[in-house]
Amino acid sequence: MNLEALFFYAFTTLALGGATLAITRRSAVHAAISLMVSLLGVAGLYLLLNAEFLFVAQIILYIGGILLLFLFVIMLVNLDAGRGLRQFHQRWPLGAAVTVIAGVAFAILWSRAVLPPAQTMPDVGNVELVADTLLQDYLVPFEVVSLLLLVAVVGSVLLARKRA
Amino acid sequence: MHYVAVSLAMLLIGTAGLLTRRNIVIILMSIELILNAVNINLVAFSRHHGNAAGQVFAIFVIAVAVAEAAVGLGILLALFRNRETVQVDEVDLLKW
Repeated sequence: MNLEALFFYAFTTLALGGATLAITRRSAVHAAISLMVSLLGVAGLYLLLNAEFLFVAQIILYIGGILLLFLFVIMLVNLDAGRGLRQFHQRWPLGAAVTVIAGVAFAILWSRAVLPPAQTMPDVGNVELVADTLLQDYLVPFEVVSLLLLVAVVGSVLLARKRA
Repeated sequence: MHYVAVSLAMLLIGTAGLLTRRNIVIILMSIELILNAVNINLVAFSRHHGNAAGQVFAIFVIAVAVAEAAVGLGILLALFRNRETVQVDEVDLLKW
């Protein structure tokens, strides 16, 4: 087994194991820590896929940003009251059935997929390549995303503030 | 393409959490898992096609995920302030 396959399976185990723990833990803090493990595994997969910029963005934005936000909210909201309650709602078999059906459907689609032959990336650095694509071909969506973030920040502050 | 299988497994784990858990915080985490599964797929196909557009799309997905998490957690705080609960099936005011 070569080194890349070894790392692939290690990161996959981290990503999927962390994800499984995140949705099954009783305590929300434990779930958040498991989610962090999962996101680190995904970051490792990005590294294996030669997407160095996304690797860094994943760690800074997801683990440093979103997960921190989750932990802050978990500490603001008293979630310990929910620990002794049922963790799954009454119609969970329906949700599980939908998941299984979706899984079978996607697996069938995946097994029948015919991929075009693989091509190689242009021989420049990953960050340079992503920056060129982002700021030349996708400049307008990039600006729209910045507007979306502004609206989201203002909106979340409005939603979360105390009513006078 | 083993990466697509990983992405599929992660999507299914996220879907299962989204559809079965009662706690809103865990449901928001499941949505993050689903968006991460999408990102793995985008980056894997970006390498397969030798084109950076997939990675740019993944950046957009991350930005939208940040916005979604911020608004979702803001709604969660407002909900907790008004209803003192974070269990989704106890928020049934609009249920017929």
